Amino acid sequence: MSDSAHAQPGDERIKQTSALRKALIRPELGGICGTVIVFVLFAIFAGDSGMFNSQGVLNWSIVSAQFMIIAVGACLLMIAGEFDLSVGSMIGFAGMMIAIFTVTLGWPVWQSILITFALCMAIGALNGVIVVRTGLPSFIVTLAFLFILRGFTIYLPQLIERKTIIGGIDKAAEGDWLAALFGGKILGGLFTWLGEAGIIAVFERGNRAGQPVVDGIPMLIVWALVLVAFGHFVLTRTKFGNWIYASGGDAQAARYVGVPVNRVKILMFMFTAFCATVFATCQVMEFGSAGADRGLLKEFEAIIAVVIGGALLTGGYGSVIGAALGALIFGVVQQGLFFANVESSLFRVFLGVILLFAVVLNTYIRRMITGER
Amino acid sequence: MNPEHAPIIQMKNIEKHFGSVIALAGVSLEIFPGECHCLLGDNGAGKSTFIKTMSGVHKPTRGEILFEGRPMQFDDPRDAISAGIATVYQDLAMIPLMSVSRNFFMGNEPEKRFGPFKLFDHDYANRVTLEEMRKMGINLRGPDQAVGTLSGGERQTVAIARAVHFGAKVLILDEPTSALGVRQTANVLATIDKVRKDGIAVVFITHNVRHALAVGDRFTVLNRGKTLGTAQRGQITPDELQDLMAGGQEMVALESSLGGTV
Repeated sequence: MSDSAHAQPGDERIKQTSALRKALIRPELGGICGTVIVFVLFAIFAGDSGMFNSQGVLNWSIVSAQFMIIAVGACLLMIAGEFDLSVGSMIGFAGMMIAIFTVTLGWPVWQSILITFALCMAIGALNGVIVVRTGLPSFIVTLAFLFILRGFTIYLPQLIERKTIIGGIDKAAEGDWLAALFGGKILGGLFTWLGEAGIIAVFERGNRAGQPVVDGIPMLIVWALVLVAFGHFVLTRTKFGNWIYASGGDAQAARYVGVPVNRVKILMFMFTAFCATVFATCQVMEFGSAGADRGLLKEFEAIIAVVIGGALLTGGYGSVIGAALGALIFGVVQQGLFFANVESSLFRVFLGVILLFAVVLNTYIRRMITGER
Repeated sequence: MNPEHAPIIQMKNIEKHFGSVIALAGVSLEIFPGECHCLLGDNGAGKSTFIKTMSGVHKPTRGEILFEGRPMQFDDPRDAISAGIATVYQDLAMIPLMSVSRNFFMGNEPEKRFGPFKLFDHDYANRVTLEEMRKMGINLRGPDQAVGTLSGGERQTVAIARAVHFGAKVLILDEPTSALGVRQTANVLATIDKVRKDGIAVVFITHNVRHALAVGDRFTVLNRGKTLGTAQRGQITPDELQDLMAGGQEMVALESSLGGTV
């Protein structure tokens, strides 16, 4: 056998793995296939509906970016072996805190944002400390915080402002340096140029005639891409990333070789809270208001995106890129159904089906990696 | 043992109480560099508790631990590891979902600078892992092969190689062969032999007399929290060891009823 001779003169029972099988055990595979399928389907059924012109692309990009921001946090946390069900409530809570600090207390917006980040990450750390100290499943601990935070989010604005939606943040945020980092747009010049060059659509009449329909990339999308890149980098290229895998793979084995498992898990809870707060801040800056019902069910959508992206619910295995693709699939389908004139409640049916499909596929892949039968 | 060697670990009259339960009632042991010291005993004899005091998991209630002649206080396993005492646990050695090289360097990740960042040096990790595995006689398909695809014996070997690579002077193996097949057991025993010849002290916990006699230099039997003495290789027969482990008489009766096959 000349082709195997240059390899190790090894165990004849180790079969050479095919490239297909190798590709199959990459966690991103499901996400990549799903993305291709989704784009092909909508190109066929909604290709002429405006879904793929500049405005349409921006539309589903924003929705996908929202999913991506929370999926990155949920992904790293799930790989570290824990869940956070309080993400959705955290989004509502963070938005409401920014609104109360800014509108009721009259703080400058940048100060409100910074204090809110500190507060929410502290709550994330509390989640983590309780889970690590008590050894309880994070499912139960964060379920408690789902209710606690949501309760405060509804109670506080009623107590203080006698309403459940606090508006007027957009006025306060004008000219604020930190608010622009969450609510602004970049590359306006490029889009103006693209519009003038006739590459993208421009308004044909009205007082903005001649200006491009899409006048820049919202910071929300920038945040999503930065967080995905950051998460992927940390997970695959750093020592800490190895600790994340180890903590979720087998916490006791990791402890025995000196991995600070508790610290890793608490930090991941804090990072999840950070992502939720980024989501909330972008949303508040976009709408100019905070509502008590914001972020409802987001925790589950984040988890579904992560699972579609190939992560195992049991921890120790997954990919940030996969989670980001899961979020993209989400956004494209949710908005695509609208473009294709399909009843939007069917989106939930789709969610359930694809979740089931992804979990079955992941279980099969895990068996393949670990050699279980 | 070789008189020019001083013992690397001396455990003196170690006692360990858990509430009202006396798990260890004064166990003494000396371990020399380059020897394979077998710790035998039936289930519940206190083997696990004893090695856990040695590796810093438990603090002894009474008694003294001397490491390289100096009294040692290990507050947690990390202290013991940095002193050079590495423990390989039977089923907690490796993480199946992670690659061999990620497992090998878990907790000791090599880093290289990349601008302002410190990166996990995958090239170095992969190279060293392949090299160390080859030395131990394991041919990997690649360093990114998941540990889950290795056999139980290979996993133990990877864990041993890892401990040796990171400078273990004392290697504690907690029942490394108890869940393995014949061939895999032979591989692990061969690995133990290789490691011992490099001058590393091996503490080999087992309740299988034949495995112990295959590689052991000295044998200490624990029974009900006490040592029943230490024997040199050649001074004791397998039957005597077996009897000591089981606590004597009942075993004789049992064995005759089973036709002497145990």
